[in-house]
Amino acid sequence: MATMTLTQQIITIAAVIAGTLTTRFLPFLIFPAGKPTPKYVQYLGKVLPAAVFGLLVIYCLRNVSVLSGSHGIPELISIAVVVVLHLWKRQMLLSIAGGTICYMLLVQLVF
Amino acid sequence: MTSQEVAGEQVDPTPPPQSHRVRVVVPALKAAFPFTLPIFAGFWFLGLTYGMYMNSSGFSFLYPLFMSMLIYAGSMEFITVSLLLGAFNPVQAFLMTLMINARHLFYGLSMLERFKGLGPKKVYLIYGMCDETFSINFSATIPPDIDRGWFMVWVTLLNQLYWVSGSTLGGIFGSMIHINTEGLDFAMTAMFVVIFMEQWMRDRNHTSSLLGLALSLGCLLIFGADNFIIPSMLVILAVLTLLRGRLEKYGKLGID
Repeated sequence: MATMTLTQQIITIAAVIAGTLTTRFLPFLIFPAGKPTPKYVQYLGKVLPAAVFGLLVIYCLRNVSVLSGSHGIPELISIAVVVVLHLWKRQMLLSIAGGTICYMLLVQLVF
Repeated sequence: MTSQEVAGEQVDPTPPPQSHRVRVVVPALKAAFPFTLPIFAGFWFLGLTYGMYMNSSGFSFLYPLFMSMLIYAGSMEFITVSLLLGAFNPVQAFLMTLMINARHLFYGLSMLERFKGLGPKKVYLIYGMCDETFSINFSATIPPDIDRGWFMVWVTLLNQLYWVSGSTLGGIFGSMIHINTEGLDFAMTAMFVVIFMEQWMRDRNHTSSLLGLALSLGCLLIFGADNFIIPSMLVILAVLTLLRGRLEKYGKLGID
């Protein structure tokens, strides 16, 4: 396997930094604050977040296998705990801590 | 903008002038900190894991230190480790980063209006906008007496500090840690579930939330865990564009 020199490593890391900066700054460069944002883009800015939060939930669960291992049961139970706690008290930290402790107990002791 | 306000107030000498720091910056930190606690748990766990991974791949702690500070995109940093171990190909590294981090484009579009008028703070807010920071800054109900710009700067900065410190510590002490933290990373999943619910409770129309879940799940099943983000984004974008007329009839959509 090819071993990189320090310079090559730095260039590789710089390429990754440049890629990340591009994805973060591009929308603000295309639609600068001084000009009115097109109506379609404003619409997207309003409706996209709800969909993105759905995407992020799925993204967190992407490696859960329903067919093997624990069949996603610890995830399912713990998410149910989060939902119930949040509907009951609506305290963000309580819901997150409750669900996480439940999950840790399940994967460490039960499954 | 804020510094002008301070200068304007200092012209009037009668009340003992509280510094900008006491009136604006510190209260914003106090308001922001609780929102970042779940991120602290998740980022320390993931950061330690990432630092330990770099350590075991033969890199000094300086690598996770600088990579987590400068790249600051968790999943991409894990991938960069394998890029560094492979053949030298910076163009491929750049293109791969664009693909994996393409979801940031959606965050930017959602924040265009909210970051307006924040001056130089905006540059750092955009620079540090990872999944978790975006989610908090977009969804948190910021108390009216708290400075919005500083609140978001603190959320961004605290989250980045957690990530950088976690990954650096993992890089230094990687081979010595033996605590059973299995499952701690679920804090991140739980947080996104809560943020999803908060958005749901705020919206009158749930079409977009449901589309996000259903279309992403569909794409996950079709394309698999490693390749479903871009197809999900494209399908979500297409369906939301097709539904524009219908969704805009709901007026404000219940979102402010």
